[in-house]
Amino acid sequence: MILDSKIPEGPLAEKWDKHKFNVKLVNPANKRKYDVIVVGTGLAGASAAATLGELGYNVKAFCFQDSPRRAHSIAAQGGINAAKNYQNDGDSVFRLFYDTIKGGDYRAREANVYRLAQVSVDIIDQCVAQGVPFAREYGGLLANRSFGGAQVSRTFYARGQTGQQLLLGAYSALNRQIAYGKVKMYPRTEMLDLVMVDGKARGIVVRNLITGKIESHSAHAVVLATGGYGNVFFLSTNAMGSNATAAWRAHKKGALFANPCFTQIHPTCIPVSGDYQSKLTLMSESLRNDGRVWVPKTVEIAQRLRKGEIRVSDIKEEDRDYYLERKYPAFGNLVPRDVASRNAKLMCDEGRGVGASGLAVFLDFADAIKREGQPAIAAKYGNLFDMYAKITDENPYENPMRIYPAVHYTMGGLWVDYNLMTNIPGLYATGECNFSDHGANRLGASALMQGLADGYFVIPYTIGDYLAQNPTTKVTTDHPAFKEAEQAVIAKNNQLLSINGTRTVDDFHKALGLLMWDYCGMARNAEGLKFAKQEIRKLRDEFWRDVKVTGVNEELNITLEKANRVADFLELGELMVDDALNRNESCGGHFREEYQTPENEALRDDENYAYVAAWEFTGVGNEPVLHKEDLKFENVKLTQRSYK
Amino acid sequence: MDLTLKVWRQKNRESAGAMVTYPVKGISPDMSFLEMLDVLNEDLLRSGQDPIAFDHDCREGICGMCSLYINGRPHGPERGTTTCQLHMRHFNDGDTITIEPWRAAAFPVHKDLVVDRSAFDRIQQAGGYVSINTGGVPDANAIPIPKTIADKAFDAATCIGCGACVAACKNASAMLFVSAKVSQMAMLPQGKVEAKTRVENMVSQMDVEGFGACSNTGACAVECPVGISLENIAIMNREYLSAKATSENIA
Repeated sequence: MILDSKIPEGPLAEKWDKHKFNVKLVNPANKRKYDVIVVGTGLAGASAAATLGELGYNVKAFCFQDSPRRAHSIAAQGGINAAKNYQNDGDSVFRLFYDTIKGGDYRAREANVYRLAQVSVDIIDQCVAQGVPFAREYGGLLANRSFGGAQVSRTFYARGQTGQQLLLGAYSALNRQIAYGKVKMYPRTEMLDLVMVDGKARGIVVRNLITGKIESHSAHAVVLATGGYGNVFFLSTNAMGSNATAAWRAHKKGALFANPCFTQIHPTCIPVSGDYQSKLTLMSESLRNDGRVWVPKTVEIAQRLRKGEIRVSDIKEEDRDYYLERKYPAFGNLVPRDVASRNAKLMCDEGRGVGASGLAVFLDFADAIKREGQPAIAAKYGNLFDMYAKITDENPYENPMRIYPAVHYTMGGLWVDYNLMTNIPGLYATGECNFSDHGANRLGASALMQGLADGYFVIPYTIGDYLAQNPTTKVTTDHPAFKEAEQAVIAKNNQLLSINGTRTVDDFHKALGLLMWDYCGMARNAEGLKFAKQEIRKLRDEFWRDVKVTGVNEELNITLEKANRVADFLELGELMVDDALNRNESCGGHFREEYQTPENEALRDDENYAYVAAWEFTGVGNEPVLHKEDLKFENVKLTQRSYK
Repeated sequence: MDLTLKVWRQKNRESAGAMVTYPVKGISPDMSFLEMLDVLNEDLLRSGQDPIAFDHDCREGICGMCSLYINGRPHGPERGTTTCQLHMRHFNDGDTITIEPWRAAAFPVHKDLVVDRSAFDRIQQAGGYVSINTGGVPDANAIPIPKTIADKAFDAATCIGCGACVAACKNASAMLFVSAKVSQMAMLPQGKVEAKTRVENMVSQMDVEGFGACSNTGACAVECPVGISLENIAIMNREYLSAKATSENIA
């Protein structure tokens, strides 16, 4: 298989405009003859469904939540980047492109990232026109802040609820199309398989989560906007329902899965408090603009603190190690996420962690409060401080927050070309569910940007190019391919329901999560990865022998829903390990302990690993086949990332 | 902590439901309320019983999916808190806790504690948007908005659509939910163009869905987990009256 990224010819800055001119258009009168399925209604899905509806296509949109408004994009806090240069501080499309490529540790495609930076400016215009209430200055114009390691202020935000406001904007656009009848919405409906006819994606099989009914839907193209796979780790900042099932089952039908080992561990989350923990809560990265990260200078002081012999306030200024400021004077507390996370782990590994478990570092606002006053800090971060107080029962205005890294985002995902089409004709992947824009590490405030860029401004053009070259002829769901897929889904559900073992689905999920966190988390090595692969296989075998799923298919069955998702995580986890084992270098969020500089920084191997690893499924338990897409850098020079 | 839970169990929309009592033991005060239910569900599963179905997703208080009526109050005893952000430290060892679904004719029960809130979506579909297509919009800074107005619109826009306002209201009125969107849009220049038809259509859909009338008790605003102000209802009433007085509605 030859991976054709379909990157247009020509200078970087002209590729997208030229491509938009070169794509084939669908005659306005013909658009209504094409059906498009969009799975997922977060930023990438809702924006795509709404825009495709506006253009005149018949859209069917699906989400597993009770309403499209609840997709997990809603929980994004910090902001959305755009190269508007409203602050006159030297930002430009090229600078956003450059920062994103560099932040991703040179493992993303130049052309895709440049296009992302280009359309970023249109996103802000679109959202404001929808009535999204971004933060404003007293003069009435939009406010910006610097975010996540950027040295310009290009982040637009709506307090700590930017994702919510952007999603409600996309939801409103979607609602308008639903009202017009151009989008038919199917909430509480989960995609369980992709259906292909003559080698092209032509529909999906879904389960109605209320009645359990297995149904098919056909279309001329299928867009997956189903988010990331961070819940492989059980504990993550993802929503409880976030899952990889749609993308994984498409992978099993032939779609390549790219860079699965690139997962982002976010540095500022509330630490784990007990075995019952069901998820981890993110504290926005924006807190690092004013908060200072530190641990006690010596192991001895840290031990006394953990034992409760001394209090935080007893630790003298000279006994505090503001390690990010010390090691990275240029970026200080604002280093990218992978760097901040890895350093927190290093401090804790040295025995200088805080909190009862020793798995936490301080994020301290004392200086900021002294400098700006408590009301100013409350105005900026009030809702985050409240959330912290609610969860931990501690007052962050008086004591420093305790934070620790947690799984947050997955840069890997379905392989797509420049048009966001997977290697299966007619199957597209947008937003977090594809691999395309963030390389080995995503910068803060770039996920919202990518989701909306893909949905509002990329897929509406590129999907037309595909549809224009395909006949309007419909396939019905009576086609044998649909019946076969339905039968397979039913058989799988029946199998899960009939095992009647002794261990719960959560039990398996937690065991998998622990394996992934310990061996394929913030630091990896070949030995650990090989061990994890064996353990995951054993766990998967045991799952299919001993899982307990109660009830029947024909009802609202929360255990069956989970069992399907965890069954897929048990397969995907192994692929993540395979990918991490294959990549004999460290880059971004992928840190192989064998490959580091003397200063413990990630040591890339551009000569041998400047490629996208796209994996082909060959059966459960079989070794996947690796396909490489070489990354060509013509506009940036590959350098060792330095934030010093 | 050891607790006694009285939980509404209902097989599906058509069946009658009943309260069922479950003892739970060894609950940590640092657990969230939903984590406490996770523990119970794991126990039920291990003994071969059907776990309790409840809606939840982000567990960060923002998605609006969780929806429990705890000891007679939507989202429980803590003010300004969703059920997922309610922690067991607010209860005492030995407490009996009753857990019910939202109660409203417009929110039929799907199963146990899971209700159908699609009526909210249909109200939004009736007009909760600005009628613009993707592309062809003015530069974002071409629409200056005074900060005070933007902040007020933002306050209204933070509604998470959970339905606690309806559950809290003795009339099961959806006025707080609907008014949050109407007033957000009415305050902003982008929303003013369609302000009249928006309020007329959304209010009309609200009535179609079977929500009750508003009698201004303010229970909705008291129980709202994100603090949507009662003032929004006043703004919506004003918008509605002036829209009706000069109606251009052709819909």
